[in-house]
Amino acid sequence: MPAIGKIVRVTGPLVVAEGMQGSQMFEMVEVGEERLIGEINKISGDKAFIQVYESTTGLKPGEPVYGTGAPLSIELGPGLLKSILDGIGRPLSAIREVLKSPFVKRGVKIPTLDRAKKWFFEKREDLSTGDKVLPGEIIGYVEETPLIKHAIMVPPDTSGVLEWIASEGEYTVEETIAVIREYGDRKRELKLMHKWPVRRPRPVVEKYEPALPLITGMRVLDTFFPMAKGGTGAIPGPFGSGKTVTLHSLAKWSDAKVVIYIGCGERGNEMTEALLKYPKYKDPWTGRPLMERTVLIANTSNMPVAAREASIYTGVTIAEYYRDMGYDVLLVADSTSRWAEALREIGGRLEEMPAEEGYPSYLASRLAEFYSRAGRARIIGRPERIGSVTIVGAVSPPGGDFTEPVTSNTKRFIRTFWALDARLAYSRHYPAINWILSYSAYVDLISSWWAENIDARWKEYRDEAFSILLREEELREIVRLVGTEGLSERDKLVLEVARLIREGFLQQNAYDPIDAFASPKKQWEQLRTIVEFYRAALRAVDEGVPVKLIREEMAILLRDLVVTTRYRIPNERSEEISKLREKLLYTLETITEKYRTKVRRT
Amino acid sequence: MSMERIVREYTSIREVRGPLVIVEGIGDAAYDEIVEIELASGEKRRGRVLETTRGYAVVQVFEGTSGISPTTAKARFTARTLEVKVSSEMLGRVFNGLGEPIDGGPPLISGVWRDINGDPLNPAARDFPTDFIQTGVSGIDGMNPLVRGQKLPIFSGSGLPHNMLAAQIARQATVRGEEEEFAVVFAAIGVMYDEAMFFRKFFEETGAIKRAAMFVTLAEEPPMIRLMTPRVALTLAEHLAFDLGMHVLVILTDMTNYGEALREISAAREEIPGRQGYPGYMYSDLASIYERAGRILGGKGSITQMPILTMPNDDITHPIPDLTGYITEGQIVLSRELWNRGIYPPINILMSLSRLRGEAYERTREDHANVSDQLYAAYSRAVELRSLAAIVGEESLSDIDRRYLRFGEAFEQRFLRQGFYENRSIEETLVLGWEVLSILPETELYRIKDEYIRKYHPAYKKAAELEARKIKE
Ligand SMILES: Nc1ncnc2c1ncn2[C@@H]1O[C@H](COP(=O)(O)OP(=O)(O)OP(=O)(O)O)[C@@H](O)[C@H]1O
Ligand SMILES: [Mg+2]
Repeated sequence: MPAIGKIVRVTGPLVVAEGMQGSQMFEMVEVGEERLIGEINKISGDKAFIQVYESTTGLKPGEPVYGTGAPLSIELGPGLLKSILDGIGRPLSAIREVLKSPFVKRGVKIPTLDRAKKWFFEKREDLSTGDKVLPGEIIGYVEETPLIKHAIMVPPDTSGVLEWIASEGEYTVEETIAVIREYGDRKRELKLMHKWPVRRPRPVVEKYEPALPLITGMRVLDTFFPMAKGGTGAIPGPFGSGKTVTLHSLAKWSDAKVVIYIGCGERGNEMTEALLKYPKYKDPWTGRPLMERTVLIANTSNMPVAAREASIYTGVTIAEYYRDMGYDVLLVADSTSRWAEALREIGGRLEEMPAEEGYPSYLASRLAEFYSRAGRARIIGRPERIGSVTIVGAVSPPGGDFTEPVTSNTKRFIRTFWALDARLAYSRHYPAINWILSYSAYVDLISSWWAENIDARWKEYRDEAFSILLREEELREIVRLVGTEGLSERDKLVLEVARLIREGFLQQNAYDPIDAFASPKKQWEQLRTIVEFYRAALRAVDEGVPVKLIREEMAILLRDLVVTTRYRIPNERSEEISKLREKLLYTLETITEKYRTKVRRT
Repeated sequence: MSMERIVREYTSIREVRGPLVIVEGIGDAAYDEIVEIELASGEKRRGRVLETTRGYAVVQVFEGTSGISPTTAKARFTARTLEVKVSSEMLGRVFNGLGEPIDGGPPLISGVWRDINGDPLNPAARDFPTDFIQTGVSGIDGMNPLVRGQKLPIFSGSGLPHNMLAAQIARQATVRGEEEEFAVVFAAIGVMYDEAMFFRKFFEETGAIKRAAMFVTLAEEPPMIRLMTPRVALTLAEHLAFDLGMHVLVILTDMTNYGEALREISAAREEIPGRQGYPGYMYSDLASIYERAGRILGGKGSITQMPILTMPNDDITHPIPDLTGYITEGQIVLSRELWNRGIYPPINILMSLSRLRGEAYERTREDHANVSDQLYAAYSRAVELRSLAAIVGEESLSDIDRRYLRFGEAFEQRFLRQGFYENRSIEETLVLGWEVLSILPETELYRIKDEYIRKYHPAYKKAAELEARKIKE
C-alpha cells in the first residue's frame, strides 16, 4: 500500500512530508490537493524529502502527499517519435491543446503516449504460442513512422511462455497484444507499451567497443575528431560559440537511425525551431522528413528546475529503448551544465555538504552513470541484434573556463572532446572547434572504415593536414615577434595552406544548403585536393619558386578551391573536385616551368 | 491556485533577521503567499513566504525590515500570491516597481490581475521569430540584424552610451511594410534618477510616451522591489502581446542592478554562494525573466526584449553578463576603446552576435548574409593585423595585409560610425558595406558568392552602369 502523508514544510521545489512510512527512495509521489508530480530523494524516519517537478506556489503544510509505490518511470511504446515531451515525459503539444493556452500550467496530467491512437501490429513471423519468450524478446512490429519499424518487445523484467498473441490488426497502446505465463504460473498481459524507471539502465547482454564512425557530415568532426557509433562526446564552449548549432547539425545530418534531442535548461525558441523545422528538413540518408526519426525533450530554462534534472534520464531511457530494437541511436543533451546546476540547486535545498563550487559531491558519479549508458551492445532476447547509443553533451562553463567542475569531470567520462573557442566564433570561423584543444579517441578504431569505404590513404592525408595546422600554430608565435615577411619560404607556404584548410575545410556553414552536409566522399576529395596542392607547392618552393608568386598567380584558383568546393559542388557530384585539383596542379606546374625558364635565362 | 482566500492575522513574530521575519504559530502559510506586515506606526509593508512549516513561516519583507519590532508588528497572511493589475490603459503612464501609478494620474479603471511570475511559455506553443526589424543602425542591421520576438541585450560599461543607443533603437525600429509601431514597456531597475529622467524626457519629446509604459525603481529602493520590477513590466508586456495582439518592445535597464539585488538577498538568506557570491540559481532566475519574450502560434503579437547591462569592470566573463549571454539570443557589446576614439555607436562588432540573424537575412537582400560574413572575417583579420603592426611595424607586413589595415579603418569610420539621428535603410547599409569591402582585392572575398560580386560589387556596378549608358546612347 503506497503511503499517504502530510506536508510539513515547503521551500521552493523542496517539500517535506511526514507519515511516509514504507515509501522508497526515488519513488514518485503526488503532492498537495493539485497532485503535483514529485520524487522522493531523501528519507529520514517517517519523513520524505520530495523534489517537486512543478511550481510549488500556494502549497501549504497539512496538504496530502500520495505515494505511488513506483519510481519515476516513462512510457515506452509507439508514438514517441515525432513528439515533444517535457522533462518527465508529458507531451507538450497535447498540453497546449488541452489547456488552450500558450503557457504550461501546473497540475496537468497527460500520459506520454496517445491513448486513442491505433497502431497496426504484426506479430513476429517465427513466433507461435507455447514458445518460450525471453526478456527483451521481439514479439512483433509496428510501423511507427515510414522510417522506423518499432519492435514490440517483452519488457526486460519479465519472461515466460507465450500463451496468446494477437493477430494482425490495429491496437491502442493499452490493449493487450499478448499474454505470457511467467515463472510461477503468473499471467502477464503485454501491451504495445510498457513502463520503465528512468534512473535504471535497461540491461544488455554485453557491451562492445565502438567500431563504426558516426558520420555527421561536418568535416572537422568526421575527418579530424570523429565520433563513433556507441561513443561518448562533449562539446564545451562559452555562450554563443556554437554548441547548439553543432548539436542541431548532429541531430539533422548524422547517420543515426533515431535521434533524441534533449533541451535541458536552454532556450524555448531552440526547441520551437526544431519542432517547426524538422518536419520540413529531409534526412540526407533516407530523404524522409527528419521528424520521423526524432524525439524532442524540452525542459527549457524557465521550466521547473527539478524536472530539468529528470529530463536527462527520461531521454537516455528512450534512447536505450530504441537501441534495444537494434537501432543506432544518437542522444544529444543541451546542456549538461544546466542539469548539473539543477543537481546543485536541489542538493543545496536538501542542505547537503557542497563540494567544488557548490556542486554536490556526487556530481562526478552522476556524470559517469549518465555517459556509461552509451555504448554499442548486444541486446537481450531474440532475434539476435546489436544496437548502440551515442551520447553527446554540451557543456556551458561559466566564463568559458574549462577547468570548472562540470567540464573537468565530464572529460573523465567521454572519449571525444570538441572544444569550442570564443576567439574563432568572434571571427566567424564556424564550427568554432579549436583543433588544438579537441581530441577523439576513435580515430584509429574507425580509420579502417575510411580505408575500406573511401580511400586507403585517408589516415595518412588526415594526419598530414593536421600536422600543417599544428605547424601553423607554432608559426603564429613567431609571426607575433617578427611579422610574416621574416619567415622562410617553406613556412610561408605552411601559412598559406593552413589558411586553405581553415577556410576550405574546417569551416562549414551550417545554414548553407550545400555546405552544411559533406558526404565522406566529398570530404575526402576536399582533403585530398588541399594536401596534394601542398605537396606540389612544396616541391615548387624547394625549386626556388617564391610563395608570393604562387599566391598571386593562383589567387583566383585558390579562392575557387574554397568557394566552389564548399558552396557549388553538391555531394552527388564530388568527383568534380578532382577536375579542380588537376587544374590546380597543372597551373602550379606551369608556374614552376615559367619560373625555371626565367631563372635559366638570367 | 489551491488557496482559499482566507486572511489570517498573527502578532507572534519571533525573529527579525536581515530582510526576513519569522512568524510563529502559523501552520498553513502557503509557499509564495503575500504577507502584509503592519508596524506600530500603522505603516504597511509587503513580503512573501519563502519557507512554510507546521509551526512557523519565514517571510521576506520587500521594503526591508528596519523599524519592525517583533513585539508590536502584525503579520497578515493575504491568501494571495504576488499579482498585478494590467491593462492597455497603462500605456502613457509611469509606475513604481510594483505597478502602482506614480505620475499623479488616476488609478487604473479596468484590468486583469496576473501573477507577476507568469507561467513558462510552452515550447510547442511558440512560433519562431522571423520578421526583420530595421533599427537604422548599420552596426546592427548590417552585421547582426534582429527580428521581432528576439531577446537581445546590450552589454555595456559604465559611462558608455548604451542609453543613447537603446533610445535610438526604440525611436527608429520598424518592420518594413508595416504601419504599426512598437508599444514600449520600459523598466528602470535600481537606476539613478537622471537615467530614469533621460528616458522619460526622450519618450515625451519623441511623442513615444503615448505608446510607452514606464516602471521605475530607483537605486535607493530595497532589493526585493528591484527583483519584482522586470516581472511586473513583463506581466504587462505579456498581456499586451498575447492577449491584445500588440508588438511590444521591452527595455530593461540595468540588469546588473538586478543581479546585485539577487546576490544581496541570497546573502541575507545565508544561502551557499556560487561564483563571486552570486547564488547558484541565478541562471534559472534570469531565465525566468529573459524567456518571457517571443511569439506564439496563431497569435499576432510579440515581445522583443532588449535588456541593458553594464559589465562590472568591462568584464564579459562576470557572472551577470555571462549568464545573460547564455540565455539571450545574442548580444550587442559596446566597446570603450571605440568610444574613446570618438566612434558612435561604439559597437564591438566581433563580440556581438544576433543568433536569429539568419531569419532576418531571409527577409532583406540576397547578398546580406554573405556581405555580413565577409565584413566580419575581414574586420577580424584587420583587428588582428592592427595589433601585430603595433609590435612589428607596418613595414613587416605584406601588401595584402596593409590593405586589410586600410579596410579596418574604413569599416569603423564609414560603416560603423553614424549619427544619433541618422536612420539608415538596410540598402544604404549594404551599399556602405560593399564600398568598404572594395578596398580589398576581389580574390580575398572568400565568403561571397560570385554572382553577388558581379551584381553588387562597386567595380562591376560601375562597369554595368557604363554599359547600360552606352546601350542607351
Ligand atoms: N556551424 C555554424 N555555421 C554557421 N553559423 C554558426 C555555426 N555555429 C554557430 N554559428 C552561429 O553562432 C551562433 C551561436 O551558436 P549557438 O547558439 O550554437 O551557441 P551556443 O554555444 O549554443 O551558445 P549558448 O551556450 O548561449 O547556448 C548561432 O546563432 C550561429 O549564428
Ligand atoms: Mg546553446
